[in-house]
Amino acid sequence: MQTEKNASVSRTSVDAASGNPAVAGKHRKPHLVDRENRATVGEINVPNPKMQCRDVSVFYDYGEKEAIRKVSLDIGQNEVIAMIGPSGCGKSTFIRCLNRMNDTIDGCVVKGRITLDEINIYDKSIDVVPLRAQVGMVFQKPNPFPKSIYDNIAYGPKIHGLVQNKSETDDLVESSLKRAGLWNEVKDRLDQPGTSLSGGQQQRLCIARTIAVDPEVILMDEPCSALDPIATAIIEDLIDELRQEYSIAIVTHSMQQASRVSQRTAFFHLGDLIEVGPTEQIFLNPLHQLTHDYITGRFG
Amino acid sequence: MTPTHTLILLLLLCAVGYQVGKKRSFAVAKIRGGPRVLHSRPVYYGSLTALWCAVPALIVFSSWLMFESGIITHLVISQLPDHIQDLSADRLNLVMNDIRNLVNGNIVSKAAGPAIQSAADHYQQLQSISHASVAVLVLVMAIAGIMAAQYYIRPELRARNHVERMIRYLLIVCSTIAIFTTIGIVLSVLYESIRFFKIVPVFEFLFGLEWSPQMAIRSDQVGSSGAFGAIPVFMGTFLISVIALSVSVPVGLMSAIYLSEYANKRFRAVAKPLLEILAGIPTVVYGFFAALVVAPVIRNTGEFMGLDVSSESALAAGLVMGIMIIPFVSSLSDDVINAVPQSLRDGAYGLGSTQSETIRYVILPAALPGIVGGVLLAASRAIGETMIVVMAAGLSANLTLNPLETVTTVTVQIVTLLVGDQEFDSSKTLAAFALGLVLFIVTLILNVIALYVVRKYREQYE
Repeated sequence: MQTEKNASVSRTSVDAASGNPAVAGKHRKPHLVDRENRATVGEINVPNPKMQCRDVSVFYDYGEKEAIRKVSLDIGQNEVIAMIGPSGCGKSTFIRCLNRMNDTIDGCVVKGRITLDEINIYDKSIDVVPLRAQVGMVFQKPNPFPKSIYDNIAYGPKIHGLVQNKSETDDLVESSLKRAGLWNEVKDRLDQPGTSLSGGQQQRLCIARTIAVDPEVILMDEPCSALDPIATAIIEDLIDELRQEYSIAIVTHSMQQASRVSQRTAFFHLGDLIEVGPTEQIFLNPLHQLTHDYITGRFG
Repeated sequence: MTPTHTLILLLLLCAVGYQVGKKRSFAVAKIRGGPRVLHSRPVYYGSLTALWCAVPALIVFSSWLMFESGIITHLVISQLPDHIQDLSADRLNLVMNDIRNLVNGNIVSKAAGPAIQSAADHYQQLQSISHASVAVLVLVMAIAGIMAAQYYIRPELRARNHVERMIRYLLIVCSTIAIFTTIGIVLSVLYESIRFFKIVPVFEFLFGLEWSPQMAIRSDQVGSSGAFGAIPVFMGTFLISVIALSVSVPVGLMSAIYLSEYANKRFRAVAKPLLEILAGIPTVVYGFFAALVVAPVIRNTGEFMGLDVSSESALAAGLVMGIMIIPFVSSLSDDVINAVPQSLRDGAYGLGSTQSETIRYVILPAALPGIVGGVLLAASRAIGETMIVVMAAGLSANLTLNPLETVTTVTVQIVTLLVGDQEFDSSKTLAAFALGLVLFIVTLILNVIALYVVRKYREQYE
C-alpha cells in the first residue's frame, strides 16, 4: 500500500547515526536537532517487530482535523514501549489506531499502513472483532462492567469461545486473576460486583480481563492516571511481568513511569512523532531539542 | 373595604417596607462608615422589613377570615325570631344559606319574609364591620412591623440569617405540599371506600367474579342485581396492560437501541422528536383511531381466519395503547442507554466484542434500572389509561383472558360509575372509590417493586 516505507526508514536512520549517544559519549555535548525539525529522529525499527506502523495519519471530523501526521514506528516482541508527550499530542490517538478503536469514533479517518505479524490490520478483509481480541486494550479510567468480578473476567473468553464449560471458565478466571496479581484479594468474593473494588484493584481487574482473552499485544492508555502511588507501583510491576508474554504499548503522562516500565520510548508533539529510542537514551541523551525541553520540564 | 383591597394594600406596604428597610440600613451604615459595616447586604434588611410587615399581618388576616363566617353566623342566628331558632339543625342551615344568598345577591329559594330580610341586613352589617376592622388591624400591624424593623435595623442585625431561615421554612412547606395532598387524597378515597365496604363486604368485592353495578331502583326491575365483584374489571385492566406492554416494551426498547447505538446523528435528530410526538397525541384521538381503524381491521382479519372477534376487543385497545406508550419506553431507555459511560463501550470493544454483544452483555445490563423505570412508567400509563378503552374495548365486564373479546378496565368503570345523575351515597357510586383505592394500592405495589429493582441493580458511575 505505502511505498514510502523505505524513505522513512532511511531518513530516521540518518538522524539516528548523527546523534547516536554511543558516538556522542559523555565528553561532548550532544548536538540537538532543531525545534523546527518535525521529522522523526531516532531508530523507529526494531529487529523482528510485532507491529509495524508506516506513515500513519489520523483525521477527526471527516478529515477536518489532523490528529497525527505520518507516524512510523515499530513495536517489538516482548517489549514495553512508552508514548510520552504533552496533552493533545496524539499519543492516545496513535495507540487507539493499533486495535482500530478509532473506528468507533464518528468521522475518524486513518491513513497509512499498520501491520500485525505482517498483516495489514486496516485491510478490507480484516474483521476488527478478532483483531481486538489479539490486540487488547486497558483504558485510562478503570471500566469494569456492571457484572460480578467473575463475570468481568469470564465475559471475553465466553464471547470468543475460548472456554467450553464451567470448570474451564473457573480455571481461566483464576489464572487470569493470578497473573494480574488480584487473586488473593478477590478469591473470596468473586460474585461481588466489579465496581465494588478499589480503583487500583479495578484497574488490575481490567488488565486481568484483557489477558483472559489471550491477546498478543496489550495497549494501555494512561492506565495509572486515576490511581494512587501504591496502586501505580503494583500495576507497574505487573506490566514488567506481562512483558515476558506480550508486547505492550503504554501511553503515560508520567515521565518517571515511562522510564520505570519501558524499554523504548516515543515522544510525540502536536501530532508528530518527534523522537524514538531506547528509554535510557531518551531520558539521558535526547537527540531532539523538543524532547530535551520536554523531559527537562521546559513545557508540557 | 373588602378583604381583597386589604390584601392589595398589604402588598403595597410590603414593597414600601422593603425600600424603607434598605434605605434604613444604608443610613445606619453611613454613621459607622459605609455599607461595609453591615452584617448582611442591604437587600436582606429590606427583605427582613418586608417580612416583618407581611407575616404577622397575614397570619392575623387569614385567621380572622377563617373564624369570621362562623362568628357572624352565630350572631345572626341568636338575633333570629324564636320559631326559626327552634328549627332542626339542617333546616336552620337552609335558612342561613338563604340569608347568605340574599346578602350576596344570589337567587333565594322563596320570597324573603321580613324576619329573613332583617337577618340579612344584620348579616351584611356585621360583615362590613368585620371587614373594616380586619383592614384596620392588618394595616396597623403591617405599619407597626415596618416601624419595629426600622428600630431594630443596625449593622449587627443578622438580617441574612433571619431572611434565609424564613425562606427555608417556605421551602419545607412547598416540599410537604405534595405529601399532604397525597395523604388527603388517600384519606378521602379511603373514607368513601369504607362506606362502600359497609354495604358490600371486602371479600366479596375483592374476590367476586361478577361485576354488574346497576342497582335495582324498584324491586320488580330486571337485570339490576348489583354485583360488585372486582375480579373481571381488574382482569380487564391486566389483560389490556399486558397487551399494551408487550407491544410497547419490545418496540420501544429496540427503537431506543437503534437510535442510541446504530443510528447516525442526522437520523437521530429527526427520529427522536418524531417519536416523542406520539406521546403528544391526545388519548381521545388514539381512542377513535382504535375504535374506527384498528378494531374493524382486527375483526375482519379474525373473520377471515375463522375466529369470532367482537367489534370492540381488548386486542384493539391494547395494541393502540401500546403504540401510545412507545415513546415512554423508548425515550427514557434512549436517555439511560446514552448515559452508559463510553468507557464501558470502549472496554467491551477493546476485548473484541461485536457491537451486538456489547449492547446485550454490557450496555443493557448497565442501563437496566433506567429501562425498568421507563417500563414501569409505561405500565402505570397503561393501567391508568381510560379513553382508548372506553372507545375501543367496551364496557361489559367479561371475565376472560381472550384478547378478542370485549373487556373493561378499572378506570373505565370508575368513569361510568360517576357520570350521570347519581345519588352520592348509593353503593354504585361508592364502588368507584373502592375501585380507585384498590387501583392505588396496586400501582403503589408496582412502584415499590420498581424501586427495589432499580436499587438492587443500580451501578454507580462517576
